[in-house]
Amino acid sequence: MSNTEALNNTRNLVLRLLNDIAPEADLTSLRPDLSFRDQLDLDSMDFLNFVVALHKEFQIEIPESDYPQYMTLNGCLAQLSAPRS
Amino acid sequence: MADFVMPTLGADMTEGTLVQWKKQAGDRVTKGEIIAEVDTEKAAIEVESHTTGTIERLLTQPGDKVPVGTVMAVIREDGQPTTAPIHEAARRAAVTTPVHRVEVAPVSPPQTGRLRISPAARKLAAERGLDPAHLQGTGPDGAITLEDIERAGAITEVTKPGGVADRQARMRQTIAAAMARSKREIPHYYLSTTIDMGRAVTWLKQANEARPMTERLLYGVLLIKAVALALRRVPEFNALWKDGAAVRSEGIHIGAAISLRQGGLVAPALHDADQLSLSDLMKTFQDLVKRARAGSLRSSEMSDPTITVTSLGEQGVEIVFGVIYPPQVALVGFGKLVERPWVTNGQVVPRPVVMVSLSADHRASDGHRGGVFLAEIDRLLQEPHIL
Amino acid sequence: MTKITYREAVRAGLREALQRDSKVFLMGEDVGKYGGTYACSNGFLDEFGPERIRDTPLSESTFVGAGIGAALGGLRPIVEVMTVNFSLLALDQILNNAATLRHMSGGQFSIPLVVRMATGAGRQVAAQHSHSLEGWYAHIPGITVVTPATVTDARGMLLTALKNPDPVFIFEHAYLYSMEGELEDGPPAVDLSRAVVRRPGKDVSLITFGGNLWKTLAAATRLAQDGIDAEVVDLRVLRPLDIDTVLASVRTTHRAVVIDEAWRTGSFAAEVSARIMEGAFYDLDAPVARVCSEEVPIPYPKHLEDAALPSVEAVLQTARDLCPRSKK
Repeated sequence: MSNTEALNNTRNLVLRLLNDIAPEADLTSLRPDLSFRDQLDLDSMDFLNFVVALHKEFQIEIPESDYPQYMTLNGCLAQLSAPRS
Repeated sequence: MADFVMPTLGADMTEGTLVQWKKQAGDRVTKGEIIAEVDTEKAAIEVESHTTGTIERLLTQPGDKVPVGTVMAVIREDGQPTTAPIHEAARRAAVTTPVHRVEVAPVSPPQTGRLRISPAARKLAAERGLDPAHLQGTGPDGAITLEDIERAGAITEVTKPGGVADRQARMRQTIAAAMARSKREIPHYYLSTTIDMGRAVTWLKQANEARPMTERLLYGVLLIKAVALALRRVPEFNALWKDGAAVRSEGIHIGAAISLRQGGLVAPALHDADQLSLSDLMKTFQDLVKRARAGSLRSSEMSDPTITVTSLGEQGVEIVFGVIYPPQVALVGFGKLVERPWVTNGQVVPRPVVMVSLSADHRASDGHRGGVFLAEIDRLLQEPHIL
Repeated sequence: MTKITYREAVRAGLREALQRDSKVFLMGEDVGKYGGTYACSNGFLDEFGPERIRDTPLSESTFVGAGIGAALGGLRPIVEVMTVNFSLLALDQILNNAATLRHMSGGQFSIPLVVRMATGAGRQVAAQHSHSLEGWYAHIPGITVVTPATVTDARGMLLTALKNPDPVFIFEHAYLYSMEGELEDGPPAVDLSRAVVRRPGKDVSLITFGGNLWKTLAAATRLAQDGIDAEVVDLRVLRPLDIDTVLASVRTTHRAVVIDEAWRTGSFAAEVSARIMEGAFYDLDAPVARVCSEEVPIPYPKHLEDAALPSVEAVLQTARDLCPRSKK
């Protein structure tokens, strides 16, 4: 699997999790560099559910202090595709 | 015999539509168990039984719209004599007339594999291309009848995508009616204060570091718990205005305002919020938000709130001037958590602060007590470990 | 329209028949000097003389047999049997002669006999005078069985029956004799072939005949107060049964209750129920229900007699149980 494919897979997975949390949101016009919260009208509960979903899907621990890095699509992809120690 | 009635699931609900029965005649129900699903202007609500016993008979059929207070089912409480539903009519007849007995063919137990459906209903279902297998029969001995098939068509109409816009419009009307009534009838007064959240935020950060991801707390839960505990000291705000007087509520059931993304809001109850640990309150709140948005709240959650807490801080507003949800007598609003210069011990320091406001019914309480209420919330938030 | 009692209606029919045709004569126990057990032939002896108004001995087999003979000989006898209970003594004449001779003679003999009898309970005359056996007679091919429930039918059915070349049995519910009703305008003779919808409705068909028509109509009125629109079908003629009218009704309402004063087991209601099942099964939205008498000899004490018979309340409750829950 190439890097591009892997990235696409991760991207699709993240979008699916977002869709689960905000089923009525239009994800096709989501700008990857801007915060989900404003674009999708997510509140703190939604966001918490989102990071918990990432934790379950990707088997990663995300400390609360890192939450802000997951607030954009680009941020999520950067975090999720970074080599893990 | 206890009546199961169409409940009031909000200040201005006058009628509701039975969506489906979750129990059948003859089934056992325990108090608090979900017995029916009811469609209101706001959402589809799961309605709980107030009684433990056996369902004697169901009187309302799915799809029926009935006024609040309509008897929808009769529940035989434990210890009461049995009367099989089908013989009920005959029993009543026997009271008023000479001993004529209406003989009814013995009811055979439901057969496995074979649907209990009248020949005419089966034919109509086939004509309409409808599968009757999942339908609930309301005819003699629970058989599916023509009417059930016709109604099945009607219910499908309601749940079509077009129904969403319709529900939003109805929800808007309900909110409009409740809020107009509130402003028309309730002499509001407003108080506000700024609370230093430094300790609470620090405590929460540490607490969450120690917690696994799935058990972390939201900051909003601290606010709700603080309000709930504060109400123990100022119980006059945990009350409902009924027949010209404030009636204090026994439990502290915080109505948490939850905005729905399609528009509108609901404020279902977090039951006995003062008695729940933060972890339990968090779990309950999470579940409540999820169900509010999925449209599957329970009747008690809609009818039980004794006060409302709203937090609009997430959208950046710093202060809320709330409108009380009748018949409640108070609403507590939280604004955004912001860093502000704060003077403490003669020093100016940056502090996370929040503006809390109280909208209260002046018929039920006075400003002095409102001040005590807000001060108590402040005090509790300075000691987050005891929340 | 003229208001008249059922008794007067029967009497008017008899009188008209006797006046119209000199071959018509009336025969039975107490029809002459006594004026009829139910006073249906009061004054006839003076008016028509002992040749045509004949009192008979208490021997049903004999005088029904004599009636068959007279009919074979070209007369038009009307035989009155006091009650259906006593008619059993004449059953051999009825079943083995009256009903069979046309068939056994290859159509050579016809028996234009009319037999009238009272049927039914409700007057505290106990088990030997109270039964409803018209359903038994309806079992027999070769005869016509009618159950007039209205004053128009009480007068008119007799006149039509006399024109019939084969035996006609008229069952008059004893409870009806003193009931008043409106005599319909039009020719006195009425058909002996059709059931009639006495009250149109769309929710449930209440199917009955004879004396129970009035209880059933009363039940329908009360059901209407509950929002249940009941249709009442008066069968009028038990043999040959006009099942088409019944089926048409059931196809509209999808529910049927048959009300019959006979015992449920083997009752005429059972026959109607079976015919509905045969002819309208796929139109039924509920099982066909029946309201019949309790399976006991009709009791003498008032409260027990009332309890044994179909009541308005029983019709009401049975119909309610069949109707959709929204109607209850």
